[in-house]
Amino acid sequence: MDLIVYYASWALLSCGAFLCAVGGLGILRLPDFYSRQHAAGITDTLGSAFVLIGLMLQSGFSLNAAKLVMILIFLILTSPVATHAIAQAARQSGLEPKVVAEEDEA
Amino acid sequence: MIHVVDMTLLAFLALVAIAITRMTNLFATSVLTGVYSLLMACIFTVLDAVDVAFTEAAVGAGISTVLFLATLSLTTQREKPQRSPNWKALCVALLTGGALVYGTFDMPHFGDPQAPVHQHVGPHYIGVSPTQIGVPNMVTSVLASYRGYDTLGETAVIFTACMAVLLLLQHEKRRDEQSAVEEKPDKEAMEHAMILRVQSKFFIPLILLFGLYVQFHGDFGPGGGFQAGVIFAAGIILYSLVNGLDKARQIIPPNVLHGLVAFGLLLYAGTGLASLFMDGNFLQYRALAEEATHGEHIGILLIELGVGVTVATVMTSMFFSFSGRRRS
Repeated sequence: MDLIVYYASWALLSCGAFLCAVGGLGILRLPDFYSRQHAAGITDTLGSAFVLIGLMLQSGFSLNAAKLVMILIFLILTSPVATHAIAQAARQSGLEPKVVAEEDEA
Repeated sequence: MIHVVDMTLLAFLALVAIAITRMTNLFATSVLTGVYSLLMACIFTVLDAVDVAFTEAAVGAGISTVLFLATLSLTTQREKPQRSPNWKALCVALLTGGALVYGTFDMPHFGDPQAPVHQHVGPHYIGVSPTQIGVPNMVTSVLASYRGYDTLGETAVIFTACMAVLLLLQHEKRRDEQSAVEEKPDKEAMEHAMILRVQSKFFIPLILLFGLYVQFHGDFGPGGGFQAGVIFAAGIILYSLVNGLDKARQIIPPNVLHGLVAFGLLLYAGTGLASLFMDGNFLQYRALAEEATHGEHIGILLIELGVGVTVATVMTSMFFSFSGRRRS
């Protein structure tokens, strides 16, 4: 049982690390502000959530796990709102998303 | 393992500092100073100075960034272009930096038990604080009781800074004339921030509650008046960012706010005077009650409250006076 929890936690941690890396790559490579914002959002929410759940499995049923749960709730509530606020501020200040015009309109 | 974390954080710190000097867009620079402060807060946490980390995160990353941005809305976003490098200034900076680095060679190593800071009065405080003061958190007992004069001085410095800012920035008359014209677009902009408003409604009470916890738990764990004050102020500033300055001013009228700035400092100094009148020395709290440790508890509670009130209201009134100004 312990072994399963151990491997599950490492799987979750590496999943989170992968998503954070993907988010970082996206911030560097994606073409316009809004898609970069989307990449940053992945790091914020899913990446950190996976890492936190992985750490919860590592710490077992303890006070540390309870603290991690609170951090997770806090992040899940705040990060998407921050992403939304930044994107909306950009929209209001007149930044248009880059759209590739589709040529075959069928 | 911890060295890897240390080195990574310090490397990030250096990178952010270089980026700040290279940037010409002042908006980006302000945000980067916030990042710098957040990294500093992480380093403080790694160094086990959690209470300093609280303050750094709340003030450096939160409040001062907001103040910078409020100032930028009054000025321009671009740095003045400077063509030729100033060689004299570069020489002075290099010399000073070199001298400082040379000076660090003589400093004791980090965590060295033989360092003067661990040999002077530190062991004495650690030895007698549990019986003399009776507060589990020794940082609080040193800061509030043994070093009560210093902390009174710090609170007075914050008070004076706030007075200076208010003297420089208050132009109530001009604002009143313009506010009638400019109120409407402000409101419309806020209508869009529906999600932010709902979110902040949920979080601001939690922030204020956490501030109170840090305030009154300062005897037992990391925290105290300074940390609680800035966290409390951050909550109020968040409210006024989301709901507009006028609503925040309705909740906390500037008169009350300015009164509280003075009240906190007076509460601190008054506690000192009270102990003077009750057959003790100035700020000798043991005179406040029959039992010495009980008196210390009362004294520390009161002066921490005074510090908290002053810090919170100073931060809030600075923010109000910065963002209350319109571009003229």
